[in-house]
Amino acid sequence: MHGVGRMVLRRLAQLIPVMIIATFVVFALVFLMPGDPAVTLAGEFASEARIEEIRALYGFDQPFLVQYANWLWNALHMDLGRSLFSNEEVSTLILSRLPHTVLLVVYALILGAVTGVPLGILAATRQGTRLDKAITSFASLGVAVPNFWLGIILVSTFALDWRLLPATGAVSIFEDPLQAIYYATLPAFALSTNVTAVLTRQVRSALLEVLGSQFIRTLRAKGLRPHAVLWSHGLRNIAATILTVAGLQFNLLFSSAVIVESVYAVPGVGSLISYSALNKDFPVVQGVALVLVVLVIGINLLVDVLNSILDPRVAAST
Amino acid sequence: MTDLNANGRNMARTTTPSPSVTPSRLAAFLRWLRSDLRAALALTYLLILVLAAVLAPLLAPYSPTDQNIMNMLAEPSAEHWLGTDDLGRDTLSRLMYGAGNALYAAGLAVGVAVVIGVPVGVFIGFVGGWIDEVVSRVIDAVLAFPPIVLAVAITGALGIGLTNAMLAVGFGFAPYLARTMRAQTLVVRGSLYVDAAVGFGASRFHLIRKHILPNAIQPVIVEVTLLLAVALLAEAGLSFLSLGVQAPEASWGGMLARAYSYIEIAPAQMYAPGFAILCTALAFNALGESIRVLLDPTVKRH
Repeated sequence: MHGVGRMVLRRLAQLIPVMIIATFVVFALVFLMPGDPAVTLAGEFASEARIEEIRALYGFDQPFLVQYANWLWNALHMDLGRSLFSNEEVSTLILSRLPHTVLLVVYALILGAVTGVPLGILAATRQGTRLDKAITSFASLGVAVPNFWLGIILVSTFALDWRLLPATGAVSIFEDPLQAIYYATLPAFALSTNVTAVLTRQVRSALLEVLGSQFIRTLRAKGLRPHAVLWSHGLRNIAATILTVAGLQFNLLFSSAVIVESVYAVPGVGSLISYSALNKDFPVVQGVALVLVVLVIGINLLVDVLNSILDPRVAAST
Repeated sequence: MTDLNANGRNMARTTTPSPSVTPSRLAAFLRWLRSDLRAALALTYLLILVLAAVLAPLLAPYSPTDQNIMNMLAEPSAEHWLGTDDLGRDTLSRLMYGAGNALYAAGLAVGVAVVIGVPVGVFIGFVGGWIDEVVSRVIDAVLAFPPIVLAVAITGALGIGLTNAMLAVGFGFAPYLARTMRAQTLVVRGSLYVDAAVGFGASRFHLIRKHILPNAIQPVIVEVTLLLAVALLAEAGLSFLSLGVQAPEASWGGMLARAYSYIEIAPAQMYAPGFAILCTALAFNALGESIRVLLDPTVKRH
């Protein structure tokens, strides 16, 4: 445990600068706006008073770093400003929508893991056979298919033709968990193909590497049955690979969720950011980007910690 | 006459090496395609796609924006091979014009990533020290953003449109290339022959141009090919959200958005643009994997 604690501290020391730079990137987005950002933010037919109000809200009249420090200070206190559109608090808006996105992403990750890991194991243990080739080709399809197109096809087939699952919409997980999962099934499946494909490939190549290594050869030579070799030695050694790959997938799942949430009219943060970008509601855009990047960095830290608990060699090496 | 003759002989002397180089390279290229069916198929498909996009004004049976309200959401027929959309526009023609936008978008995003990522990666790998430390943390920070989220946010700030959207996507890709290039630069810089070159008094510029770039660029070529597929998918997604290509211009993602609105009346309209995106992404991925095997023979094809 001592090694793990030290590793967490060291990772935190590395992550804090990354976190600060990431928040700076989000803040600095305002300065990409053409012309006076206050005028752009105020919209087309804004009055002079409204422009001044926005200038004061963002503090555009102050020095650059002071603006950033103020913004970060407010963000740390959950104050991300107000929507230019609905005047709602951005933080409240995001908090009310985040659970929908998290449900989809976690659901997709689970679907991807329960399909990708077995497929990878199957392909590795049947290396070079037709089954292996079929699984590998399937994985190639999985990374190339546009998730939102798959989503449209699923709506057309499972919702409109067969009437098995609802086409669009979402139910809050806090109100009715079963209904929420029922509604999230199609979008989560549309999101999951990337995870399935990447896990299949990574598990396959990691397992092939482990199974080809010296210690497995020794175990086999000592007469251990192939099943025992695979289940108790091969898989234990790829657990870290699975965890790491799954952790990295969060980033891409949030990314795909932006588009898939639009297909299924899910009121998550993904549809929120694209809708807000279209309507020039910039505080909301910034808020969503900030929350998601902080989440991703946090998840990466968590994965590192779990990895070092699972495999003490990781903690020792960092 | 003598002048011409002399000139001709001179020309012949200076150009002798190149004709012998070009055919052998071409021959090697063709041999590669013959030995690698996957690469041959992918390249053929991409070549046809580029031709379809470039020659769209000549080949497309209709204008991509001509509406015909008498023939909306038509089934595929002899006049409209892939049917028509909700405004009566020919789907095949829009698909061909959309190819141009898709290829432009993928090329632009990856181009931006190369222009930013490669020099930055070489530079920080070469100088090391605190500059490397700081820039590497910036790279980590940009990579922590979900790519489409960053692209949507940057596009929202710059202004909505295909070029801005792809600049944003390219900015998000640049750190991947910078990281690869940095790692490669470190490997090459630590190798013996570079030490030898330094011993002979080679300048920094000479080192980077003659030793580091040619040796470090190989994995970048593979990564660039694979990124083209990701950029293509990003363009389709952003255009689906109307953040990329703007109506009435044709784009595969935009076509899918319209097809989705009329899915209950004309479900057939959703297939062609989706297949176009899927096949093009597959082709870029296949080509990237094949180049990886070609450049690094130790990589087994599994």
